[in-house]
Amino acid sequence: MIASFIMAFVVGGLICVIGQLLMDVGKLTPAHTLSILVVTGAILSGFGLYEPLIDFAGAGATIPITSFGNSLAHGALAEAEKHGWIGVLTGMFEVTSSGISAAIVFGFIGALLFRSKGNID
Amino acid sequence: MNPKDYEQLQTQLSPKTPILKNVLKAFLVGGIICTIGQAITFFYMANFDFTERTAGNPTVSTMIFIAMLLTGFGLYKKLGQFGGAGSAVPVTGFGNAVISAAIEHKTEGFVLGVGGNIFKLAGSVIVFGVVSAFLVALIKLILVTIGVTDW
Repeated sequence: MIASFIMAFVVGGLICVIGQLLMDVGKLTPAHTLSILVVTGAILSGFGLYEPLIDFAGAGATIPITSFGNSLAHGALAEAEKHGWIGVLTGMFEVTSSGISAAIVFGFIGALLFRSKGNID
Repeated sequence: MNPKDYEQLQTQLSPKTPILKNVLKAFLVGGIICTIGQAITFFYMANFDFTERTAGNPTVSTMIFIAMLLTGFGLYKKLGQFGGAGSAVPVTGFGNAVISAAIEHKTEGFVLGVGGNIFKLAGSVIVFGVVSAFLVALIKLILVTIGVTDW
């Protein structure tokens, strides 16, 4: 159990370090950085490498945004295996729906509850 | 002054980015957020019927809920100033981008403001995630169809 926490800390931290390096050394905007990480997650998923990383690092791999790309590709791949061409589109949000729906629902609730004082973004 | 000289002058005068310090902060903040995520994952695995792989979904939702509270009280901005990519890369940063856009544009009304701008900051992540996932699945499907690899 302690080992899982340490693995999550180290792997999650390292993925954030890659992001920080892209921003500081690569001089990329946060939006570019996050987009690159998401695309990387999708590509790793295509090679079947992201699921082993989740087994290895747990939340260290599921919490960074790379896992969003992985779940999108994972859903698309799983449905493509079952239904062929059309599955690529229908399976896309199969696995990752919870992240998007949580963001929309809590975004809306947040807008109901809170008021911007210039300290939000 | 020609553009080359100007560029040189600009790099001389602009403050140096403390890269090592930023990287350490990103590692620390990102690591702590993922450790909290791991604790939530264990909670879902212990109390509900989830495995290490499937517990990711409820964990992500819970983390976004926490991001909503932190964003609303203006704490996530402070975390972002300290942690840099350490707070932007975890899914809480994605949640923060969506939620802060929603709160920010509340004054323009719920349909045009909140509805129209909620993905203003996070949209690029969704677009590039979906397009790259589409291409990855398509390429793999083609490779499997012509018999180069299998699922």
